[in-house]
Amino acid sequence: MNLRKFFLIALKDLRLILRDKTGLVFMLLAPFALTLGMGALTGRFSGSPQLGISQIPVVIVIQDSGELGQVLVDVFTSEELKELILANLRSDPSEARALVDRDEAAAAIIVPDGFSTSIFSAESAAQVVPVEFYANPTRPTSTGIARSILESFLNEVEIGRVSSKVIVSQLLASGAIQPEQAAAVGAEVSQEVVGNAPSNSSIQLVTGAAETNNIKFDVLAYMAPGMAMLFLMYTITLGGRSLLVESRTGTLARMLISPTNAGYILGGKGFGIFLTAVTQLAIVIGGTSLLFRLQWGDGLGVTLLILAAAFGASGWGILMAALLKTPGQVAITGSAIALLFGILGGSFFDISLLPKWVRSLSMLTPNSWANEGFRILSMGGRLGAIHTHLTVLVLMGAVLYGVGTVMLSRRGLVGK
Amino acid sequence: MGTILEVRDLVKKYNSKIAVDRISFDIQEGEIFSLLGPNGAGKTTTISILSTLIAPTEGYAAVLGYSVTKQPMEVKRLIGVVPQEIALYDDMSALENLNFWGEMYGLTGKALKNRVSEVLEQIELTDRAKERVKTYSGGMKRRVNIGVGLLNKPRLLFMDEPTVGIDPQSRRAILDSVKKLNKSGMTILYTTHYMEEAQELSDRVGVIDHGKLIALGTQSELTAQVGEMDTLILHVGENEDPEHLAQGLRTVQGVLQANPSDHEVALVTPSAEEVLAPVVSRANELGIKIHSVDIREPNLEAVFLHLTGRALRD
Repeated sequence: MNLRKFFLIALKDLRLILRDKTGLVFMLLAPFALTLGMGALTGRFSGSPQLGISQIPVVIVIQDSGELGQVLVDVFTSEELKELILANLRSDPSEARALVDRDEAAAAIIVPDGFSTSIFSAESAAQVVPVEFYANPTRPTSTGIARSILESFLNEVEIGRVSSKVIVSQLLASGAIQPEQAAAVGAEVSQEVVGNAPSNSSIQLVTGAAETNNIKFDVLAYMAPGMAMLFLMYTITLGGRSLLVESRTGTLARMLISPTNAGYILGGKGFGIFLTAVTQLAIVIGGTSLLFRLQWGDGLGVTLLILAAAFGASGWGILMAALLKTPGQVAITGSAIALLFGILGGSFFDISLLPKWVRSLSMLTPNSWANEGFRILSMGGRLGAIHTHLTVLVLMGAVLYGVGTVMLSRRGLVGK
Repeated sequence: MGTILEVRDLVKKYNSKIAVDRISFDIQEGEIFSLLGPNGAGKTTTISILSTLIAPTEGYAAVLGYSVTKQPMEVKRLIGVVPQEIALYDDMSALENLNFWGEMYGLTGKALKNRVSEVLEQIELTDRAKERVKTYSGGMKRRVNIGVGLLNKPRLLFMDEPTVGIDPQSRRAILDSVKKLNKSGMTILYTTHYMEEAQELSDRVGVIDHGKLIALGTQSELTAQVGEMDTLILHVGENEDPEHLAQGLRTVQGVLQANPSDHEVALVTPSAEEVLAPVVSRANELGIKIHSVDIREPNLEAVFLHLTGRALRD
């Protein structure tokens, strides 16, 4: 019976928030309007790339003698990206950096020698020879786009690396190959990864990862998650605020007087915030998919990321309600936090251009993890590529819900 | 009829402030018991403890033998509460509010539907049940607020100042509904700072001030404490100083108490007729013009005045 009341409270909160016209404007209309505006600015709807972000100059230096360096060049010069990226191949890293310094390029990507070899032989990601990304701070959006494409490529390569290790291990364990054959088989599998060769059943894991040649990039899909997360933080502010409003108007006390466990009441309120956040993200993502044909990517990954992002963000709503005393304080602080998290989380520009301590700080925001997760998915990444993002967001939510609940109980808002 | 509520030495402290100071009383099944006292006397804190919302610092209270601290769920199932504030969702209709709160009390399906219909009829809002609460008048909101408290058919109903801030017509309707509920067998603990309401409704009255229960009994028992005293209310002009007048009148023979408040002074005297002339004469000497005079028979106001030296509205 208590569980029924838990859902009853949550659904009541969702209903009340959906009846709040001002709230609805911020929750749903504003993200749509901003996405629409961005679409117009980027030339996404006109079909004319000249009107928006296009031909981002990126200098690529390949010092790697292996195959992956060439695959990276193929990605940046692919048909899908040719209107967005203007790739400029150079051989000298200093010259590439100089082009960026002179603002003739948005970024330089330098793939050092040994990169491919390290991918095929490294025991862990830490042993892989790092690719250098040299960014132009005066072009934050273009830099962010170039970085996203590079990160997406590296994610796919990493998945391929891990996959080939798994396949070789399985073949060894099953006795299909002998230990002395492992290196040769690994290399063969890796070749298939790079070459996107047709797969057979024994290398199924490889095929998904071998889509590096098919990375697609939609400027709108790059920017829309930032807007969705920005307004999600506003929504969870409404949720946190509702807890204090109920405390003030006496409805919370009335609930506590009913034969209902106090934990279920607070849980129901928290679940209401989560439910509202999920609803908002689902409507914004579903709506932009239908209206603007935005490709958000892998369905399962997007669904799980919506749930995780909503959970991580709504934890902040509970914490705000626990730390602040009045609904007005939550409204003002919540708006400021939504904006701050939007900036730190990369809703407005690429945060890699900011100082390291700011980037570290950004990891505390659900926006940062969710934005990156959505961008990875929109660029063709699979669920495996965002497992860290999902884990961090769920942990963030769990910790914040836990701390918030304890603080609320101690404050006497719920319980005695 | 047995005891439905038992309260023993109840104390509630907030740091050094004592909100409820060792109060004890019983309520018998079927009666209307009023807690009468000014704002801040401790009435709402007492109701909050008895309805399990806050824990007492000391003392014991039980509803039909169930301790409010040790068996709160059993107590919650037996009681209904009408809080002082309008604890409703403004953006939901009366019907939606009643459905929500009904479910919070464990009602579902047909039982919920039937009970909500009964309550809507009781509060006379069936025809406007689907309109949002925010469109209602203050009196209508108060009626829905009461309706929510009735949903679980409580054996004991706590009503915390249910007529605050409403028009006389709505107030009349609420007082009548309290009587009707009591006639149907419901026991009611009613708090108010309106002496007239306590007088009209109550079988017994507890007078509370500064957290202490200073008097307890039927109205006749309480007024007997004042004896055959009369209360004389002198109304003065806006520019006059009631404190100055009260001070001057305390020396008049036959005046036992003189208590100033807004634009008036209340005198307690064995005979209003005998002191009236010297009182008016003394006021003239002080240069204070008396606009009008009320003579009141012994009532709960006089009891409060007699016990505390202050008027109820202070």
